Amino acid sequence: MALSGSNDKQRKYSAFGDVWRRLKKNKPAMAGLVIIVLLILIAIFAPAIAPYSYSEQDSLHKFAPSGGEHLLGTDNLGRDVLSRLLYGSRQSLQMGLYSVAIAAVIGIVIGAIAGFYGGWLDNLLMRLLDIYQCIPMMLLCIVLAAALGPSLTNATVAIGVCSAPGYARLIRASILTIRESEYVEAARAIDASDFRIITKHIIPNAIAPMIVQITMSIGGMILSGAMLTYIGLGAQPPIAEWGGMLADGRNFMRQHASQVIYPGVCIMISVLSFNLLGDGLRDALDPRLKN
Amino acid sequence: MDERNLLEITDLTVEYRTDDTVVRAVNGVNLAVKKGETLGVVGETGAGKTTIARAILRILPNPQAKVCGGRMFFGGQDIMRISEKDMRKIRGNRIAMIFQDPMTALNPIERVGDQIAETIGLHNRILRADAQRRAVDMLETVGIPGERYGEYPHQFSGGMKQRVVIAMACACKPELLLADEPTTALDVTIQAQVLEMMQSLKKRLDTSIILITHDLGVVANVCDAVAVIYAGEIVEYGAAEDIFDRAAHPYTRGLFNSLPRLKSAERRLKPIGGLMPDPSNLPEGCKFGARCPLARDICRAENPGARAAGAGHLVKCFFAGGER
Amino acid sequence: MPALLEVRDLKKYFKTGGGILHAVDGISFALEEGKTLGVVGESGCGKSTLGRTILHLLEATDGRILFEGEDVTTPSRARLHALRRKTQIIFQDPFSSLNPRMSVSAAIMEPLVIHSGLSRDDMRSETRKLMDTVGLAERYANAYPHELDGGCRQRIGIARALALNPKFIVCDEPVSALDVSIQAQVLNLLLDLQEERKLTYIFVTHDLSVVKYISDEIMVMYLGRMVEKAPSDELFENTLHPYTKALLSAIPEPDIHCRQERVQIRGEITSPINPAPGCRFMARCPHASEVCAEPQKSEEYSQNHSVSCCKCGELNKRKEELIR
Repeated sequence: MALSGSNDKQRKYSAFGDVWRRLKKNKPAMAGLVIIVLLILIAIFAPAIAPYSYSEQDSLHKFAPSGGEHLLGTDNLGRDVLSRLLYGSRQSLQMGLYSVAIAAVIGIVIGAIAGFYGGWLDNLLMRLLDIYQCIPMMLLCIVLAAALGPSLTNATVAIGVCSAPGYARLIRASILTIRESEYVEAARAIDASDFRIITKHIIPNAIAPMIVQITMSIGGMILSGAMLTYIGLGAQPPIAEWGGMLADGRNFMRQHASQVIYPGVCIMISVLSFNLLGDGLRDALDPRLKN
Repeated sequence: MDERNLLEITDLTVEYRTDDTVVRAVNGVNLAVKKGETLGVVGETGAGKTTIARAILRILPNPQAKVCGGRMFFGGQDIMRISEKDMRKIRGNRIAMIFQDPMTALNPIERVGDQIAETIGLHNRILRADAQRRAVDMLETVGIPGERYGEYPHQFSGGMKQRVVIAMACACKPELLLADEPTTALDVTIQAQVLEMMQSLKKRLDTSIILITHDLGVVANVCDAVAVIYAGEIVEYGAAEDIFDRAAHPYTRGLFNSLPRLKSAERRLKPIGGLMPDPSNLPEGCKFGARCPLARDICRAENPGARAAGAGHLVKCFFAGGER
Repeated sequence: MPALLEVRDLKKYFKTGGGILHAVDGISFALEEGKTLGVVGESGCGKSTLGRTILHLLEATDGRILFEGEDVTTPSRARLHALRRKTQIIFQDPFSSLNPRMSVSAAIMEPLVIHSGLSRDDMRSETRKLMDTVGLAERYANAYPHELDGGCRQRIGIARALALNPKFIVCDEPVSALDVSIQAQVLNLLLDLQEERKLTYIFVTHDLSVVKYISDEIMVMYLGRMVEKAPSDELFENTLHPYTKALLSAIPEPDIHCRQERVQIRGEITSPINPAPGCRFMARCPHASEVCAEPQKSEEYSQNHSVSCCKCGELNKRKEELIR
């Protein structure tokens, strides 16, 4: 209703511009976004900004306190904690992003097919997912690690594959509603091909909840990655990884609490910032809040 | 204030605020409803009809909407100034509202009879059994057999649900009933039944009704007085005869000309050109100026106040009645 | 003149939990080029299903559809593609029938992209022409549907339907979601386009006054069956079927002097799940008797005026005698 006149003022927002305008007003989400951008920059430029290499050992200065030559001190092998944290952001982000990418691609393809074609195909795919979801993620990771050896890549693949069913269900549900919408019927009335209907009409409209889900789950994936490394199924030493640093520091927790606090805080901040951004995106993408 | 008026609204102004815009939804509205009278409020989408009804009940969305001015007297009480606690005694009891969509106005997991009994129990200190007995009476009053007391909303059709909603609204014998598009979601044959039922109910309970609608046909059938609302202002106000026989405002006339009639053989309608102005960016002067065939310079510069076009017939137009 | 579209005994059934829903049950008609057939009925009468089945958006259960003399009931993929250029649809709800993520120009261009094989530039200029035809200002080209009001959105829908220069358009309640002043603009546009392009319409609506205004011939449907079909004026002057009579009298006329005599009908519309063979209106009809339980046949009562009511002759005899 407030729309007719707005065009007179030539107020032109693309759908994306609208979302961005609303997101900008959400302070926690913007804080999350800033931290994420910083994290990515740190991960990219870690070799340039880190004062030491992540594996360089200074056996004379084990458990050096914060300050001085080592800003955040050293660990049990005399490695610079700050450098290891900076390098560790690479592993954590990689794990988060790659495993989400794997999950999203598998999930979208399965969910889109099931949702769009429906019928027996839908039934078959969904029942397969049901069975598949019964396998605990941990078990799959252990099997993968046992078969291919524990590594960061295998852990990433394991996390990604295990989270795919969630995506498939989400995209299937939104496609089911969009498929019944009148604009899809309108597209059929002009004889648009299935491919065109899926790519031009269904995906662009189903993508909003996907973006939210993707952002929100990156945090979770980083956590899972850290957990897998913690129990020794992820990144292998001497590679610096926050979960791995936690695992190493665990033994000295009583005397040198900083060994677990620093990586713990890093994990917490990165997970939190992805969650804040995801939350903000959900509000920004919700058409009911459109003014 | 006039003794005969049950509700009197003067200069009501309501704004909706979002971060960067102020939508002036209702601008200086004056209304009065006499006892036992049905007032029709007619206007198009976004004209501010529902906002007026919500302002009367003080159920505007908070904090976006703000009543910026005006006074409202209901039975001699200034209902804009009284406390929320006192308002709660009036809302649903002495003033009740019927919403447009009967599908969402009922709780799907509660028996319809209990929903009515609950409303009665809320405003009266009576025994549960008495409330239930009165609920059965109410159901029969709106034409639903009392045996259906224990059924759930999904077992009722659209028209039946709207009857239940009306029964709920009338359960406490309100003095004023606000009906917001009560029949818009219904088919014509059902609409006719529901309107008929509302009329007889009104006579029995001696209720005043404010009927909000976009349908001039419904207004012609049930209303004693009519207010035509455009962009948050009442542009024409008078008895039903004034509006239907002696429409003076160009917008009201435009509305009549836009309607396809059963009894005319015309092959072309004469629509009003253009669109309603953006309520966040209302023009100076007459709000209808940009679409009005009679508009002159003065219309763009000055807001024509309400002028009398006859006894009790008010029109907001400099050239009211001219050039038919 | 041979009919552009002919439908013979068309049936569309849906399987539901409760049984088989006879949404469209044995509808036949022929429609000449350049004419408009109005299909009227209340919700659930199968009028929208009829339009969609004719356009092959739903698959017919039984019966035949002939377009330009050719049987197109079950067209091949290629035949359907060609048919889509000639037959189009305008949807009821301009809010949901447009992809919210497609700009105005992209939405109008889409049919051209699929069918025309024109170059990008030609398509753009064609789109501009279409926008001009339906009265959409060029500055809206890059706007998104949510920025426009209902009338403008419906114009986009019309432009899309016109893009391929069709011969035949099903208008599925194209104005019922619009305000009256906008409704008149859109109705006039549809009539102008029909004159210019010799379009043939099936106009589906629940609003009898709109259908009278736009149609040459009107078909009244009730629960999947045709109850009466006649040229527009004839239907209103010489109404035969009890349902049509009730429907007509239920419409509130925007005129306070003809608070018309109501033919009240009891009860509510049910749904045609596993219907009995007799007259579907029987349960609500004031004149129903045992003969009505027999299967009804549509009979030509006078020229071009068919009605399916076995008591029709008896009920209208008195009036005829009076005329004589």
